[in-house]
Amino acid sequence: MSEPVTALKGGTNTAGFASVTEIGPIGMITLRGRLSEKAITKSAVAASGVTMPEQRMCNTQGEHGIAWMSPDELLVMCPYAEVHDRLADLQEKLAKHHALAVNVSDARAVFQVKGEGVREVLAKLAPVDMHPDQFTPGMFRRTRLAQVPAAFWMTDDTTVHIICFRSVAQYVFEVLCVAAQPGSEVDHF
Amino acid sequence: MSTRLATKGRLIDTRKPLSFSFNGKKMRGYAGDTLASALLANDQMLVGRSFKYHRPRGVVASGAEEPNGLVNLGKEGQFEPNQRVTTTELFDGLEAESQNHWPSLEFDIGAINKHLSRFLPAGFYYKMFMYPRAAWKHVYEPFIRQSAGLGKAPKSRDEDTYEHFYAFCDVLVVGGGVAGLQAALTAGKSGARVILLEQTDHWGGRAPVDGGTIDGGPVDKFVDETLAALKSMDNVQLRNRTMGAGVYDHGYALGYERLTDHAPKAGGPRHRLWRIRAAQIITATGAIERPLSFAGNDIPGVMLASAVRDYVVNYGVSVGDRTVVVTNNDNAYLTAISLKHAGLDVPVILDARVLPDDRGLVAQAKALGIRVLMGHGIASVKGGKRVTGVQICSQAGEGAVLEEVACDAVAMSGGWSPVVHLWSHCGGKLRWDTSHACFLPDVDNPPKGADGMGFVTPAGAASGMFALDDVLHDAHSAAEGVITSLGMRLAKNVSSPIADRREESPLAPVWLMPHGASAKLREKTWLDYQNDVKVSDVRLAAQEGFVSVEHAKRYTTLGMATDQGKLSNINGLATLAGALDADIPTVGTTTFRPPYHPISLASIAGEAKDHVFQPIRRTPIHDWHEANGAIFEPVGQWRRPYAFKRGLESTHDAVMREVKNTREKLGLLDASTLGKIIVKGPDAGKFLDMMYTNVMSTLKVGKCRYGLMCSENGFLIDDGVVARIDEDTWLCHTTTGGAERIHAHMEEWLQTEWWDWNVYVANVTEQYAQVAVVGPNARTALERLGGMDVSKEALGFMDWADGELGGFKVRVYRISFSGELSYEVAVDASHGQAFWDALLAVGADLGVMPYGTECLHIMRAEKGFIMIGDETDGTVIPQDLGLNWAISKKKDDYLGKRAQERSHMTDPNRWKLVGLETVDGSTLPDGAYAVGEGTNENGQKNMIGRVTSTYHSPTLGKGIAMGLVLHGPDRMGEVLSFPGTDGKTYEAKIVDPVFCDKEGEKQNV
Repeated sequence: MSEPVTALKGGTNTAGFASVTEIGPIGMITLRGRLSEKAITKSAVAASGVTMPEQRMCNTQGEHGIAWMSPDELLVMCPYAEVHDRLADLQEKLAKHHALAVNVSDARAVFQVKGEGVREVLAKLAPVDMHPDQFTPGMFRRTRLAQVPAAFWMTDDTTVHIICFRSVAQYVFEVLCVAAQPGSEVDHF
Repeated sequence: MSTRLATKGRLIDTRKPLSFSFNGKKMRGYAGDTLASALLANDQMLVGRSFKYHRPRGVVASGAEEPNGLVNLGKEGQFEPNQRVTTTELFDGLEAESQNHWPSLEFDIGAINKHLSRFLPAGFYYKMFMYPRAAWKHVYEPFIRQSAGLGKAPKSRDEDTYEHFYAFCDVLVVGGGVAGLQAALTAGKSGARVILLEQTDHWGGRAPVDGGTIDGGPVDKFVDETLAALKSMDNVQLRNRTMGAGVYDHGYALGYERLTDHAPKAGGPRHRLWRIRAAQIITATGAIERPLSFAGNDIPGVMLASAVRDYVVNYGVSVGDRTVVVTNNDNAYLTAISLKHAGLDVPVILDARVLPDDRGLVAQAKALGIRVLMGHGIASVKGGKRVTGVQICSQAGEGAVLEEVACDAVAMSGGWSPVVHLWSHCGGKLRWDTSHACFLPDVDNPPKGADGMGFVTPAGAASGMFALDDVLHDAHSAAEGVITSLGMRLAKNVSSPIADRREESPLAPVWLMPHGASAKLREKTWLDYQNDVKVSDVRLAAQEGFVSVEHAKRYTTLGMATDQGKLSNINGLATLAGALDADIPTVGTTTFRPPYHPISLASIAGEAKDHVFQPIRRTPIHDWHEANGAIFEPVGQWRRPYAFKRGLESTHDAVMREVKNTREKLGLLDASTLGKIIVKGPDAGKFLDMMYTNVMSTLKVGKCRYGLMCSENGFLIDDGVVARIDEDTWLCHTTTGGAERIHAHMEEWLQTEWWDWNVYVANVTEQYAQVAVVGPNARTALERLGGMDVSKEALGFMDWADGELGGFKVRVYRISFSGELSYEVAVDASHGQAFWDALLAVGADLGVMPYGTECLHIMRAEKGFIMIGDETDGTVIPQDLGLNWAISKKKDDYLGKRAQERSHMTDPNRWKLVGLETVDGSTLPDGAYAVGEGTNENGQKNMIGRVTSTYHSPTLGKGIAMGLVLHGPDRMGEVLSFPGTDGKTYEAKIVDPVFCDKEGEKQNV
């Protein structure tokens, strides 16, 4: 099989007050099921290698992670090369449960936005309270960036990871660069 | 004349001179000037012409309420019309032009004198619409178009950028005057997250101009100290040059930040729209002074008393050497005193009141030697383009002239109206305050949030507090109330400062000056300067039956100009109340709607311009298409190749080539955009039987079935091939535009109606690149890639299988939308381009060519396959399209079933799908209607059908089409006529919609 190619082949822009870089591919599995069922969360923990996050939170370690997506949905993250095996394993474990696990690694683009002003970049595009007291590393938001759906979390106080649909990767990259353009600092947070 | 004084203005920096131009004339100003103050400093009182009569117009106000001073500002990519001179900060190189005049501001040929003006009375437009009918088109409309419109429309692209910003806070304070500053301080010290917005570049509002002391010191000192305290707090954010534009539901508010209007050469966005969610909002928006209604009050040089004072104190500009002050309240005496202190002459103060004694400011003015005439007013202002004098009369009389006084400016004050706009935007009610003759926020009826509690609190002058001490106390207690309602505790170390009190005599309401002004005077008494509405117009409206204030407003156009009646509304409705012999509160106000002051459309668009105007969805193979001659067409937000042009061929020729090649050799279609939705669970089969008109639960694992989806009203909304993946998993293909919509449709039914069914769905559309490999050589191509058996025996028509092809992990569907031997191959999107390349390589000697959507359309039309959006338009049911074979009769129910049994849906007269073949081989025009016998009640020809899809078929060498026709399937062979918009009439024969390979032999090889 060929080498996987991301939507923007790892495009990057460092001209703004925060840098914008396409990262990935990252292995991603959408897991739907009753989160109250032990087997569901246990299998997610096994597939990701991290512990279960609380509601509206995520746990990530490098390429491994679990993000809470909704009361009946988790996003399981793992290295791209391992996703098919981990998915098969997950499906086998959940064979007797009502659950849906699908590979969505290729349906997504992943961005890293980094810099002191990263909160402002996000606050220009997403209706999310990006105040440092309100949005902290470990939190996870499914929201929108300007006109398209997206989800994001912070790995540290100056780094945001963003997931969006692959087809709009170019738009998200460009709109992030516009939001980070020099001279547009807000100095709000 | 108006000029710059030797005394320094508070806000200007005389060490920083700036040059600018007005109508091409070079002028000088200083940093800190507004365009208005700079124009006045250059004796440019005349700044524009009114909308209707082209009357000369001068600056009236000093802030956002200014109705007259509108200019075209800037050049080319930074040109903008209707910019208010009072809110435009001066910068070096500013270029302004006055509006609405021809040929020049000084000499306007369109100016209509008082003799002509009686032909443009209130309701002019409405009357002209009525009679005589022909006059509208030939006389009035050309005339109105000539005189309508204030500024010029921009011709160049806007070269600036704009953006949004989402902010959240506990308390949003709108207005950075002393009330706003105090409210922010009280709330900030108590630990609330506070955002304080101020529309101008300076803090403190007009309190420093009006003077007084706070905690024993000057107002400026209080402003500086409070500002410093606020800036030191991490929980308080201050934004000047940011107007609170609107208040909406749930504590949502808009702030309009003007970042570079005062420095257009600076980088960065020009405007930023703040989209704020606030738990509580304090409107410390101040008050606006009202004009007085006397004859000639629109002549340049007649200004609000507060504005005259502002220009003197803030900008060191005198609007005239001799200023007559006319008032009904104490406040305007401040203007007389300021002017006197600046060394200017105030020949007389005309006070409409008769006061028993001299107190406070009245006594001060008299002590300065200013002549005060109690119980007097202005009968008429003398002058044309500039005030030359006033005629004095008794306020109580009918305007008999007692005396004439020469002057070059008039400072008027009719009292103050609190700025209740933001309070009112989201439903805050008003009450009439008799003592100040103004509407106030009715604090018992505030705008309410989801919890039923008020979320807006007015503070300071905006809540009717006009004395400095009252303003500060009110602001403090407003913040206190807000802090309590947030469940927070008021900080111990915060209290309201103490301001000195002035003795004040009460205001006397004056809605017309003199009280008994004759009709002749009323015709020269302006209410709305920008739209030319006079007292006589409002009276006429009342006389003609427009008794509702909203009707009178629209009939007269009062308050409908770009200033939205900030100065004219209260005077207008008081005039209406007077004419109706009604109380002002019973007449009521018109509706206050956001924005408070015009905001740029570009700020609303935000970043959405140029390359990020709209998201464009791209498939994993998009770049290849772009590099290989693709002509794109939008399909939803996707861009799909319409055709791939080669060399110099036309698009039409490319499409013809692609059809021919695919039918004879091998075509590749990027089908990645088609929706793919996984449906899984023990109840998934039952669920899909409800979603689709046909049965999906009986589909065998490894098989595919074409299905139709209807809305609950029975109309066809989507179609596609469903594959059964395993015992409780199905994969549903949707149309390109339908993926998100159908996913949401499924979720909605699962979440709201069948919440107890065990079904999960997931939209995996973008996980896969999907390539349709189509044509007689399709199997050979796949066999060359190798890795799985794609023979007829192993993978029959409507089968699917997982496997490997050329080292790629694939899922292959043996389905056909073209009637050819066809495979749709799905690979993980990250490998999509590599797979496409591999197919091109193995297909090179098999005649492989990519094809676009138009080729796809033609091939499906040749086979009689319908297309959602062509054959359907939201009013078409599957039965109309002869798709009864795909509608299960065995099922108890499916979405749309009951609707399709309604009488209208089973009406035999519904138009039904047929094929259409032109008699001469030409191509029918798209959307053409077939006409039948006779005419309808409107005298139009009866219509009996319409074209839904039409193409030139290269396979058949003639035009083919599909259409919906009355009794169509029963009329095979009949010839219908379709009049085209090109004047020709097309004749087409009704035929079977399947034009090629009716038995489906080609796809089943």
